[in-house]
Amino acid sequence: MSKKKLWSFALMLLLALVTVLAACSSEEAAEGEAEGEAGEEEVQDTLIFGRGGDSVTLDPIGATDGESFKVTKNIFETLVNFGEQDTEVVPENMGLAESWEISEDGLTYTFDLREGVLFHDGTEFNAEAVVANFERWAAGGPDEFPYYGSMFGGFGDEEGHIIESVTAVDDYTVEFQLKRPSAPFLKNLAMSPFGIASPAAFEEFGEEFGSNPVGTGPFQFVEWQRNDTVTIERFEDYWQEGLPNLESIIFRAIPDNSARLNALLSGEIDLADGINPADAQTIADNPDLQLWERPSMNVGYLGFTTTREPFDDPLVRRALAYAIDKQAIVDAFFQGYAETAKNPLPPVIAGYNDEIEDYSYNPEKARELLAQAGYPDGFEMELWAMPVPRPYMPDGQKVAEAIQANLADVGVEAEIVSYEWATYLEKAQNGEADAFLLGWTGDNGDADNFLYVLLDKDNIGSNNYTRYSNDELHDILIEAQTETDEAKRAELYKRAQEIIHEDVPLVPLAHSTPLIAGDADITGYTPHPTGSDKLENVAFE
Amino acid sequence: MLNYAGRRLLQLIPVLLGMTFIVFLIIRAIPGDPAQVILGQQATEDAVRALREQLGLDDPWYIQYFEYLTGLFTGDLGESLRTSTPVADEIWPYLAATIELSVFAIIIAIIVGVNAGIISAWFQNSWFDYTAMVLALVGVSMPIFWLGLMNQWIFSIELGVLPTTGRENVRDPVDPITHFYVIDTIIQGNFDQLAVVFRHLILPGTALATIPMAIIARMTRSSMLEVMRSDYIRTARAKGMKMFLVVYKHALKNAIIPVLTIIGLQMGLLLGGAILTETIFGWPGIGRYIYDAIGFRDYPVIQSGILVVAFIFVMINLFVDLLYSFVDPRIKYD
Repeated sequence: MSKKKLWSFALMLLLALVTVLAACSSEEAAEGEAEGEAGEEEVQDTLIFGRGGDSVTLDPIGATDGESFKVTKNIFETLVNFGEQDTEVVPENMGLAESWEISEDGLTYTFDLREGVLFHDGTEFNAEAVVANFERWAAGGPDEFPYYGSMFGGFGDEEGHIIESVTAVDDYTVEFQLKRPSAPFLKNLAMSPFGIASPAAFEEFGEEFGSNPVGTGPFQFVEWQRNDTVTIERFEDYWQEGLPNLESIIFRAIPDNSARLNALLSGEIDLADGINPADAQTIADNPDLQLWERPSMNVGYLGFTTTREPFDDPLVRRALAYAIDKQAIVDAFFQGYAETAKNPLPPVIAGYNDEIEDYSYNPEKARELLAQAGYPDGFEMELWAMPVPRPYMPDGQKVAEAIQANLADVGVEAEIVSYEWATYLEKAQNGEADAFLLGWTGDNGDADNFLYVLLDKDNIGSNNYTRYSNDELHDILIEAQTETDEAKRAELYKRAQEIIHEDVPLVPLAHSTPLIAGDADITGYTPHPTGSDKLENVAFE
Repeated sequence: MLNYAGRRLLQLIPVLLGMTFIVFLIIRAIPGDPAQVILGQQATEDAVRALREQLGLDDPWYIQYFEYLTGLFTGDLGESLRTSTPVADEIWPYLAATIELSVFAIIIAIIVGVNAGIISAWFQNSWFDYTAMVLALVGVSMPIFWLGLMNQWIFSIELGVLPTTGRENVRDPVDPITHFYVIDTIIQGNFDQLAVVFRHLILPGTALATIPMAIIARMTRSSMLEVMRSDYIRTARAKGMKMFLVVYKHALKNAIIPVLTIIGLQMGLLLGGAILTETIFGWPGIGRYIYDAIGFRDYPVIQSGILVVAFIFVMINLFVDLLYSFVDPRIKYD
């Protein structure tokens, strides 16, 4: 009796399930058709860009994170522009300035502005607008406009602030007067944070400007649902005729890399960044998808705290450089989507010294040097590993384990240590690590932004985590900052890299190429080394 | 009854006060400097010092805590360091998203879990009982991360029937009113969107429901088995009453009380414990809101987020306690 009832129960459940599923799939079919129709008749004109996190603010000058710039790059434009896939600044790159002149002494920059450019609120872009933007930034502070302070040396009347004045000569001419020559000045102006905003709009919105951005870019802001989506749409009065190609772009935050790839595979998003190197082959094999490699502008390295024993001895540091098998690390943990590094800056950057011969993987030599330094039996040390994946190093823990094995081969016993990310940075900055894994992604593609930032004595306690201090290097780097002749600058940086190579405050490990995947029918997408892409040329076939 | 409810509400005050204090202490005890984290690696020392000063992070801890508390009494949950927006203004959409998902999940968990438990107890030691209990064991031990990704793989990529992530079709977004999208679409009479919203709820909802469902099923089964052995059930069956009525009307009423407690606790856990599900399914809920805030050391958001979740947890427990007397008249509060 009871058996019978159980069966009838099971049958009823099954029936109910079938009904529900049938209802679901019929609904699905109907929607699928509707989508199919739209898709076949006209080409898709909305791009959904899946990414790992939400923007922090849409006011570029207030931002420091890549996820904010990814959006603002398309709403705002800068006076001068980087190249499509490099960081050269030339007038052909179609910035808001048509051309510019630099005075002999490198102190006066005069920009001829483009005429007939409108902000999204209908107001006109002109010299006054540029002046208003710089006045707003210079009047701020480091917490409001962090990048302004770090790229132009400070604010307002501060000693380090290199911009003396910004004046409108006439309606379409702006003159910048600098206190001292600054070689990276143009490159700095091309950085995403310095997008020119509508003065009318930032005056109207005040602190709320970050959620009501108004620029001159190809797309204008529509809506921001925090932690979820940012929607921008085509700006009809955009000054470049016929652009942008897309009607709208929706940036969508999907934090988990695998889930983001799933969303791409199921067609819910069209473009996904932060692709795991391990998934690259799956995408390459899928005829519906394509894979892009972002040109590398980063470096992942093993740093030594050069004030701690025995790492204060260059011989020891050099020995460890010989002990590490970089190629094996790149092959195993970057799946080949990286090249081994021999300098602390990537090869795309002007001033890169390709003549330097890297320390080869040579455990014998390493042991020899250790013996010379007085450690024939090696020593014990802590090796710090990053707790989070970074673009320049997808898996710090695994890289640390590989290095640990390399070091064990030469008799150095390394214990792997890790902390929560912010703590890790703080402790490393304070010089509490023996050796640590870390990296850097360039802001403006200038050698200064790697060498001075990472290894100058001025930046000890800040980004010089190695606490490496070398007066000769310091003099060269400071000279390079004010040298405006590009060829002479490149020579200075090449010399700087020789010194660094000799002293090995850090072992450069890899320059990674971040991966992006998208629908096979996307055209006109060119990933930029800075990580923020201009999308006005993107279209669907 | 009202008296009791009032008394319980008063008891909440020290509980919540204690909670704010513990949360406050835990976060301050973490090493690291919020100003440094907010400004990023590039920040100069001056910038960091200026921000610390502006945020009052240099004040002694008891002053910071006191200011936080006085703010709470005026409905001020602090201002997010990251977005410079009052937490009270920005928290609701996240909270609504999580509540919607949790309610959906707990409904699935209750319907499936309670029924599976009842049937297992009814047909004890049958194949259904064994299968259901093995499944429940698997369910409790299932890593949500793996389950979620597998569900996405099967239902979205292979079968193409359900969306993988998010709450809505982003090409045709819901116009938020209450931020409960199910309710919003019904108010607007937009039933196409309602269907879309439901389809987005299914994968994260079932993933989130898995563990509570298994726990509820096991609890219901053991509770039912106990009740089914009692005298009044034997009497009811001896009278020739239909077995279905005996089980669902007489036995369930007594067996459900411990299950209610479990449901209340699980609902609370869902609210705070949905972080993994929200991460995998790109669900813009409170779990991710707090999680992101932790990465940025956004103190006001962390404190207020946890406070709000804890507050709801306490309220659900209160509600369940009050529900007992409604379900079982033998329980009286006076």
